[in-house]
Amino acid sequence: MNSNSDNKEAGKQDIVNYAIALGDDSLTLGHRLSEWSSNAPFLEEDLALSNVALDFIGRAMMFYSYSGEAEGAERNEDDIAYLRDCREYRNLLICELPIGDFADTMARQFLVDVYDVGFYTELMKSADETLAAIAAKAVKESRYHLRRSEEWIKRLGDGTDESHDRMQRAFNDVWGYTHELFEVDKTEQSLINAGIAVDRPALKADWERYVQSVLKEATLDTPDGQWSIRGGREGMHTEHLGYLLAELQFMQRAYPGLEW
Amino acid sequence: MNHNALPLFEVFIRSKRGLDHRHVGSLHAEDHEQAMEYARDVYLRRSEGVSIWVVNSSDIVASQESDVEQFYDPMDDKPYRHATHYDLPDEVKSM
Repeated sequence: MNSNSDNKEAGKQDIVNYAIALGDDSLTLGHRLSEWSSNAPFLEEDLALSNVALDFIGRAMMFYSYSGEAEGAERNEDDIAYLRDCREYRNLLICELPIGDFADTMARQFLVDVYDVGFYTELMKSADETLAAIAAKAVKESRYHLRRSEEWIKRLGDGTDESHDRMQRAFNDVWGYTHELFEVDKTEQSLINAGIAVDRPALKADWERYVQSVLKEATLDTPDGQWSIRGGREGMHTEHLGYLLAELQFMQRAYPGLEW
Repeated sequence: MNHNALPLFEVFIRSKRGLDHRHVGSLHAEDHEQAMEYARDVYLRRSEGVSIWVVNSSDIVASQESDVEQFYDPMDDKPYRHATHYDLPDEVKSM
């Protein structure tokens, strides 16, 4: 992280938006993982996936509640989660993709877990103490998530012909969504300069190295990266997010202000 | 995946330092490494412990119902093997 700041005056609203975007990454992926609850291949994996889902949803709560406080306590974490529509969501697209089959879920999870471990390790050094504290908690969770997902990639990639083919197809299908993980706009760049945000482009080389070495061990090919899709941080989403939010937000939309 | 084909593991948890590992249940997994992770996810979700052992269930040798007569019955009439069988001298306050 670059602490030689030429812009110490990072706008408060920029920090709020940054925290909301990180919360959106966590909430959308956590919600996706929760779709496996009661549907996983077997009981032990069902519980394990649900645990991971809860880790992500817990992160979303921390990021949202911090952004709510930082912007003046007009919105709490529930308002931020339940009362924004697609275009206001700022998650990276990879997080909102449907769970697909188990190979799709694990390919996405592995790629995000490698990214998260790198990302939260850096965010722990943030000049923003709350973000750094959330990161310190999250990085421990992510290391465990990675241990799990990495093992599945090796197990399935280097498994039967069918598990290998399905794993390879899953990586090919999701690969184009990974470029966005390492791209930032001007506002985020100014937060990076202020030592608050993580320099995501700088994470790419390590991420690629790690992913490639695991794929190789799993006898899988690293996709060639000929196509890419981006737009999540600008609120330009895939068609899938609307369906996700429809389910996630149904109760608050149908019964505004409902508490339980 | 045919879940029934996965080997069974027994899980032992040490709830805190200084205490023994206790059997808490069993689970299915591909191998020891995965069994260890599932043990964490299935039995330690609420901070129940600080250490885990997983053992392949097939490695456990259990006594059988048919052993009862030889194994346990003979001990029932040997009370002198318990310290409480003996009258303690007054000097010994507690046992």
